[in-house]
Amino acid sequence: MSISPRVWASRHAQTLVGSLGRLYQQPFSTFMTIAVIGIALAMPAGLHLFVVNGTNLGGRWDSAVDIAVYLKSGTSLTDTETLAGTWRERDDVDDVEVITADQALRDFKAGSGFADAFEGLSANPLPNTIVVRPAVDRLSADQVAQLERALAAAPQVELVQADTQWVQRFFAIVEIVERLVTLATLALGLAVLVIIGNTIRLDIYSRREEIEIAKLIGATDAFIRRPFLYSGAWYGLGGALIALLMISALLVLVQGPVTRLAGLYGSSFEVAGLGAGIALTMLLAGGGLGWLGSWIAAARHIRRLEPS
Amino acid sequence: MIIFENVAKRYPGGQEALAGMNLRVEKGEMVFLTGHSGAGKSTLLKLIALIERPTRGQVFVNRQNTNGVSRGRIPGFRRQLGMVFQDHKLLSDRTVFDNVSLPLIIDGLGRKEVGRKVRAALDQVGLLSKEKKMPLALSSGEQQRVGIARAVVSKPVVLIADEPTGNLDPELSSEIMNLFMRFNEVGVTVVVASHDLSLIGTLGKRIIKLAAGRIDDAGNGVAR
Ligand SMILES: Nc1ncnc2c1ncn2[C@@H]1O[C@H](COP(=O)(O)OP(=O)(O)OP(=O)(O)O)[C@@H](O)[C@H]1O
Ligand SMILES: [Mg+2]
Repeated sequence: MSISPRVWASRHAQTLVGSLGRLYQQPFSTFMTIAVIGIALAMPAGLHLFVVNGTNLGGRWDSAVDIAVYLKSGTSLTDTETLAGTWRERDDVDDVEVITADQALRDFKAGSGFADAFEGLSANPLPNTIVVRPAVDRLSADQVAQLERALAAAPQVELVQADTQWVQRFFAIVEIVERLVTLATLALGLAVLVIIGNTIRLDIYSRREEIEIAKLIGATDAFIRRPFLYSGAWYGLGGALIALLMISALLVLVQGPVTRLAGLYGSSFEVAGLGAGIALTMLLAGGGLGWLGSWIAAARHIRRLEPS
Repeated sequence: MIIFENVAKRYPGGQEALAGMNLRVEKGEMVFLTGHSGAGKSTLLKLIALIERPTRGQVFVNRQNTNGVSRGRIPGFRRQLGMVFQDHKLLSDRTVFDNVSLPLIIDGLGRKEVGRKVRAALDQVGLLSKEKKMPLALSSGEQQRVGIARAVVSKPVVLIADEPTGNLDPELSSEIMNLFMRFNEVGVTVVVASHDLSLIGTLGKRIIKLAAGRIDDAGNGVAR
């Protein structure tokens, strides 16, 4: 059968609106379905935001991951500067700072209150030091450890001191959480497919008489399927909207306390919000899963309903 | 237009509903199928509409061997037929207009053309004033006329009806049969299954009597 594109488009538009009307006719059960889909969609998005904010927070503590590299005594200042220069070039390093022995001594005298104890010393006992700031936001825990080993391998180095262990743990945990979020996203996406597929299946069987009549009159499966696909897409879109609302509400609730907490630590940390990207992704995912879920259900069940 | 060649139909787990049926309905002809309950009238019509498939033999409709019509081509095949059922099979949550327009919408016609053809069909069955009514707000005879309007709205070449007057009183029944006669007069091939011998006997059309899945020769003939 050949149909002009205009007729095809207007037919789609009609079913699109028609399917919305049908959902509107059963407001309670439609709302329940959409709410369940909304919760299922909100969970992965919420977890994702949690991880994003967690890593942001981790990134703010980057001064705490500085690696102090103490050079062998007798290493000249030029050698120190050269070494610092080569390290600064490394991809896994964000910043390098040289603290000369003299400077270290001055700082120590000023800061420690033991200035007098050093008066008797003829030579400066402190070595030249290079402070290296790894690019933690880009590095895995393994890579930070690798960087440490690389720094220690330089012949001028006496001792590498870093309290990167907690950072390593932190990022290891973040990695695990990220994987769990991915898994949860897949599982919940599947759940949305099943919920919508099941809703559409019930919808199909509740209209079985209508479907059989349409088949008797010569309707193709594709023609009968179309309104169900739109219903599915509406369910998914509605669910995504509810999920967006839930997450926005959550963010509003959390924003105040977190900002206050960050203020206590002298940090200007702000909770990362949804953003247009995530919101759009959720709407697309909701609509897409709805379409797909209803397509699978419709393809299976409409085929089975034959007039007799 | 419709040819049955040695057709048998056995339902799963049942006895033969049709056994070695040979039948020929010419283009533009109108025939009645009659016979006792269980004789195979409905089965014969279902084979024409591909609601069932023959177990053996061949059915030709409009020169097409139905055995060659794959599942995916059944909708297109059915669109050249008009079907009328005893229980009307109307969509109860749509208006009369929407019910009659369904075949045209399936055919992909534009809105204006749909409106024009639906009103023409409703006019032919005398229900032009009821287009906005819901089917359940109509009498049984009116509902059947809506069913007939829907069956003829896309100008099918064959019209089949399974006991279209089964639930109607004699007066309404003869009204409905007259409608079928009118469509036949403009060239549509019509096959009607009916018990109502006293009514169909007066119409001067061929009557095919079935008995136990076969044509009962004793009772056949054209009543003129
Ligand atoms: N779906 C089915 N499954 C099994 N047997 C069936 C089925 N449909 C019909 N039959 C059997 O096939 C035979 C013919 O049935 P059919 O419906 O064609 O008769 P009919 O002439 O239309 O009868 P009626 O006048 O009661 O409508 C009957 O014995 C019936 O029981
Ligand atoms: Mg019957």
